[in-house]
Amino acid sequence: MAPNPEFEAECIRRIQAGEKQVFHDLIRPCERAIYFMLLSLLGNEADAEDAAQETVIKVYRNLHLFRGESQFRTWVLSIARNEGLGRLRKLRNRREDSLDAGTDEQTGDYTPAILTSWREIPTEALERKELGELLRAAIADLPEIYRNVILLRDIEEMDVRETSAALGITEGAVKVRLHRARAFLQKKLAPELKGFAPKRKGLFGWGA
Amino acid sequence: MRIDCKHVWQYISPYIDGEIDAELRARIERHLETCEICSAVLDSTRNVIVLVADERVYELPAGFSERLHARLDKEFLGET
Repeated sequence: MAPNPEFEAECIRRIQAGEKQVFHDLIRPCERAIYFMLLSLLGNEADAEDAAQETVIKVYRNLHLFRGESQFRTWVLSIARNEGLGRLRKLRNRREDSLDAGTDEQTGDYTPAILTSWREIPTEALERKELGELLRAAIADLPEIYRNVILLRDIEEMDVRETSAALGITEGAVKVRLHRARAFLQKKLAPELKGFAPKRKGLFGWGA
Repeated sequence: MRIDCKHVWQYISPYIDGEIDAELRARIERHLETCEICSAVLDSTRNVIVLVADERVYELPAGFSERLHARLDKEFLGET
């Protein structure tokens, strides 16, 4: 959902004047992005949901700190990210091993899946459950630094500026990581997706 | 000057997002006219982007929103 600063400012004013229930309407457009950012960081649904609830409570309690210098959703997502990173740090201390955070230097030159033709897979093919599973598995396989960029840019459709603010990285890094994430997905998915192309009618009307 | 396939692959993503200058864009387009491999790489990358953006791929868990707002109501009650 597109951010709406006037709506947000009006909600915040009313909440601070005592209409707490308005907070439900303020946070609703951010729910999806909060949850999927945390799922990207934490890797499982139960932890992501728990952390999402914690994030929303923190947003509510700290609402007086929001100055309107950034977009509301950007501010909310940086709180979500801190919540997720805090939990990861605790897990890491317990396991005493290091998380592979990944760096921009990790991948060098990239070769895509080489194809000589491509038949468009229409979104209707998503009616087949296996296709969604394939896409989610490929995204889950991405290093975290690429996964969260593809999630915010291509799935939540945030712009480069908002993504860079939410993740605390430069706009240049957003672009580089997005390119690598898409390249990784093309390489991994293109060969597997071919089976989902619509069947061509044969010369006499049967499937090819 | 003609550019090679490897060069084109480097710019697939900014090309899709319209983030490259007109001159480079024109060179890539000239290459795409005659290179079926790069055309297929571009088309499949675009297709992957459209598919992952579909809301059916990432759905919130059932009841997520209800549980979240119930938690908030509890927080509001605790304050008074």
